[in-house]
Amino acid sequence: MKDVVLKYVIEEYVEEGGDEVSYDTPLISGGIVDSFSMVSLKRFLENKYKISIPDDKATPEAFDTVNKICVLVNEFLK
Amino acid sequence: MAYSNKVRSIYQETISGIRDAGIFKQERFIHSPQAADIVVEFPSGSPLKKVINMCANNYLGLSSHPDVVKAAHEGLDSRGYGMSSVRFICGTQDIHRELERKISEFLGTEETILFPSCMDANAGVFEAVLTKDDVMISDRLVHASLIDGIRLCSAVQDTFKHSDIKHLESKLQLHADKRFKLVITDGVFSMDGDTARLDEMVALCEQYDAMILVDESHSSGFIGKTGRGTHEKYNVMGKIDIITTTFGKALGGASGGCVSGRRELVEMCRQKARPYLFSNTIAPVVVAGVLKVLDILSASTDRRDKLETNTAFWRKGLTEAGFVLREGDTPIVPVMLFNAKLSQDFSRALYDEGIYAIGFFFPVVPQGAARIRTQISAGHEMHHLQKALDAFTKVGRKFDILHKTKQEITDMYGN
Repeated sequence: MKDVVLKYVIEEYVEEGGDEVSYDTPLISGGIVDSFSMVSLKRFLENKYKISIPDDKATPEAFDTVNKICVLVNEFLK
Repeated sequence: MAYSNKVRSIYQETISGIRDAGIFKQERFIHSPQAADIVVEFPSGSPLKKVINMCANNYLGLSSHPDVVKAAHEGLDSRGYGMSSVRFICGTQDIHRELERKISEFLGTEETILFPSCMDANAGVFEAVLTKDDVMISDRLVHASLIDGIRLCSAVQDTFKHSDIKHLESKLQLHADKRFKLVITDGVFSMDGDTARLDEMVALCEQYDAMILVDESHSSGFIGKTGRGTHEKYNVMGKIDIITTTFGKALGGASGGCVSGRRELVEMCRQKARPYLFSNTIAPVVVAGVLKVLDILSASTDRRDKLETNTAFWRKGLTEAGFVLREGDTPIVPVMLFNAKLSQDFSRALYDEGIYAIGFFFPVVPQGAARIRTQISAGHEMHHLQKALDAFTKVGRKFDILHKTKQEITDMYGN
């Protein structure tokens, strides 16, 4: 899952020649993903893993790294 | 809470921080009407200096046009100075409705509503026409006023990479289940001067059953064969659902803006848009001026044609001189310097040569993309442009950046 999410983040948000992104790179606090664009990440995860993430769980903190995102998704996969 | 010394010192520290970061904005005082030649006091308290203005949004040179000034005088005499009211109480004069009709005619739309500014139009339009069941999908480089309007709206927010049609399509697919999908873009992007590919975007919107909003602030009056805007250039007049634009740039340059488009969407703005409902009507003097501007532009394309000729001359001249430009064909011609300090030093050196042009750097443009944004006007004569070109070349030579690549310039100055 980590690699799927990382690949999506890189394709979606990192401009060509942009900074390298890893599992622990701060995405939102690091300015890579803005709050507008977070919605597409949420929808991607929901569609991909057939889950529904409530808005109050889809916080900038919970979406801040690939690792954290995977923890969140796993919570709803159970 | 009183405005204590503690409170004051916190603000003073914040302002110092802005200064230290090198992003403090300092205004230059102009002692003349807006035109190609202006009289400037800079820095504050310095002797006045006549310079050529290369950075106004006065694309058509109408800001101080004698016919527009005369019409504004007549409007002042016949309709008074102010209305002391919002539109729906007692602030709508016959000329406000006349202007709304004429704007619709000029842009080729069904209906128009005036706003105090295009900032207000953009701040109010989204919340007036969308709900939480809808989605807004905006280009990542749209103007700040659109971003603010999007933030004020309860619809879902998403973005697509700048001018990336494939990426936009993926977003339209992602949000297929939403009630309404609204694609949002600038017609001409103000920092780079490039245009949105509206023909492809409209086709995509038709395919995916989406609406489209275009901010035409840097296009209305001069883009397209008869200056109607980017939708004319891309042959999609009548297919843009919402156009927002300003009267504060090419269309006279005073103030005011509008939302123009589908009848029902405009009516929703009239009923619900908060900057419209809770802000004063546009002053009659401005309305009279814009009406004259539209008369001038509808009678002849001379000014728009001259602007095109001037722009071609300017782009060719700068390219031959050896500057790195952003590609394009609009009168926004960014001269790329990449380094923030270089852009400020370059601007100052230009001023010493009698040329007024401002350096832009992060956060207004991306890091490492500092530039002098030049803007051409139909008010420029060839002697203005030639003098400006000579000055740019002289200053470019001084900083040794002519015929250099981006890499070579950033190697010298950093990015």
